[in-house]
Amino acid sequence: MSEDLIPIIETINLSKIYGSEDDDTRVAALDGVSVKIMPGEFVAIMGPSGSGKSTLMNILACLDRPTDGQYILHGEDVSNLTRTELAIIRNQRLGFVFQSFNLLPRMTALENVMLPMMYQRENRLPEHQREEKAAAALEMVGLGHRLHHLPKQLSGGQEQRVAIARALVNDPLLILADEPTGNLDSRSSKEIMELLRSLNERGRTIVMVTHEPTIGHSTKRIVQIRDGKIEFDRLNGRIDLSDEQRFEYSHLADPEESPAEETEKPQPVEAAARVEAAEANQAEPQKKTVKKRRSK
Amino acid sequence: MNYHEIIRVSWKSIASNKSRSLLTMLGVIIGVAAVIVMISVSAGTEATIAESIQGLGSNLVFIRSAMTRGGPGQPNQGGLKFDDVAAIRSSIDGINGVTVEQQSSETVKYGNVTLESITIVGSTPDYADVRDLEIDTGRMFNDQEQDRASKVVVLGASIAQELFGNADPIGETITVGTTKLAVIGVMKEKGLVSGTDFDELIYTPISVVFKKFTPSMFARFMGDSVRMIYVSVKDEANMDDVIGQIELLLAKRHNVTLDSADFTIETQDDIIATRASTTASFRTLLAWVAGVSLVVGGIGIMNIMLVSVTERTREIGLRQAIGATPKDIQIQFLSEAMMLSLMGGLLGVLVGVGGSILFGQLSGMRTVIMAYSIFISFGSAAVVGIFFGYFPANKAAQLDPIIALRHD
Repeated sequence: MSEDLIPIIETINLSKIYGSEDDDTRVAALDGVSVKIMPGEFVAIMGPSGSGKSTLMNILACLDRPTDGQYILHGEDVSNLTRTELAIIRNQRLGFVFQSFNLLPRMTALENVMLPMMYQRENRLPEHQREEKAAAALEMVGLGHRLHHLPKQLSGGQEQRVAIARALVNDPLLILADEPTGNLDSRSSKEIMELLRSLNERGRTIVMVTHEPTIGHSTKRIVQIRDGKIEFDRLNGRIDLSDEQRFEYSHLADPEESPAEETEKPQPVEAAARVEAAEANQAEPQKKTVKKRRSK
Repeated sequence: MNYHEIIRVSWKSIASNKSRSLLTMLGVIIGVAAVIVMISVSAGTEATIAESIQGLGSNLVFIRSAMTRGGPGQPNQGGLKFDDVAAIRSSIDGINGVTVEQQSSETVKYGNVTLESITIVGSTPDYADVRDLEIDTGRMFNDQEQDRASKVVVLGASIAQELFGNADPIGETITVGTTKLAVIGVMKEKGLVSGTDFDELIYTPISVVFKKFTPSMFARFMGDSVRMIYVSVKDEANMDDVIGQIELLLAKRHNVTLDSADFTIETQDDIIATRASTTASFRTLLAWVAGVSLVVGGIGIMNIMLVSVTERTREIGLRQAIGATPKDIQIQFLSEAMMLSLMGGLLGVLVGVGGSILFGQLSGMRTVIMAYSIFISFGSAAVVGIFFGYFPANKAAQLDPIIALRHD
């Protein structure tokens, strides 16, 4: 249990600055972001374009390094690792889901899913075991019957499932999804979100970047970024939490104290956009609340 | 990634774009094949030269006359004399034979067959031994016939065939110029050696040539001067020792010092070495030209690999995202370049070997495929692959995964 209490992600004053100090074009894409994500969470990072959410995602994904501040991934400070060390972390600890799937077009679904195992440095499995493991991952995302299809023979939703299977296959600590539904129609989007949610229910920690309110609101927690800072970070009130989950989120605002509209009953999808707009208007006071609570 | 996987991934990428891969390899294929063909042609030429010089006879020493021209009406001074032959034969150790030749061109007749411009070789009885000729039927003329200038003749194989057909020529008499000569023997076929068809010659004692076939003016100026004396050295004898003996003997007989000798001595090896050094420098030139085409092939590979890195930027980004280290990416692209150049090298070896054989048959030139040319060219192809694959592979490895993933 104590193992579980180590945050999967903990950032302390994370900053990413582009351009040199004496440069006029100096831009702070991230400006002192501190966030803590516990095991089993399902978090949406949201924000308008240019807010810095992609920069945050890249740093969380160990694809980029912060200019300042610390990023502690499951107890290990990864802020200043070399490219090679980061590659090994990505391989062992992280699973990626991209907006554009990024499947290799000349490989079958099975081969695509096996790819991360090829770059494993430790506990390498023999070929046939990798195949079994990849097939099991594809089975888990509901594509057990499409193992030997090429990406172009699959629908968008199926392609994204293959990508999710690929993200799962090395049994990562954390799954990072960057606009996973951005290239999908609404039906496929819904399916993919349901898949991610079911993975989360089975204990996977998932962090997702999205700008779509409906998608963001199907997660348990929303971190809103604006101008490189956290605008608000709160539980998604529309999700019912068990006591255990309440404990997991105890580092955040108490859901009971959340504003009234957030504890409303789950709404039809069409209404979500209006809620989002309302939330955005109330961003300022909430941010203060969160800050005050956190500093305790 | 282990080697097996690296090779499989590279192979897949090459195989997925067959025509482009083949075109990329073409430069290396041509380069490697060119190296092999060039070397095989020049080695063939060299072998032909060496063989033809060896074909002059076994273990030969050539003594050439170096005469000083006399003034008008005066005979030339110095040079080899016919008597030198006898002197060498009697006083030099370690030789099989000494011979000399004096040639003339005459019309040969027998019955109603007339052959124009046949070369008569006037020589000594050991000519056949020294020049590696064998008697087919009959016999070679002997010392007695030589001394007496007996009118006897030994025919080259083709001449005998042309004059007598399948009939036995031994004992028949042919007319050479205005002189009748008795046929006492026929040579075995020898063929073309160093530009001379030995089968188209007829052989008589040199004394006969001096007497009957030397134009009078020439005879007066030349006396019994000979152009060249051939000495066949015994296999077990020391060549340098024999040459030394001959030099001393001739210097003494001609009353000259070795520094101002009126003759020069060469061995077959000297001649072969001279010719070989000419062909060797020619061969080096050819190899360099072929090598340049290999480098051009390498640049072609680099070019395509750079295109490939750009085309596959997203793939590189994805591989990096799921855990490929810069080294993994570098090795993958390097191994692709290497595989291209090695496959090109292999195909080049096949084309080169096949081309050498085909070229030899079509052009009639002799080609000798040298094993070292295969190793050199194949090895160069591998080096070219590493060298020219390195830059694109590095470029791929240095790609920022974030930018690479966003590439379209």
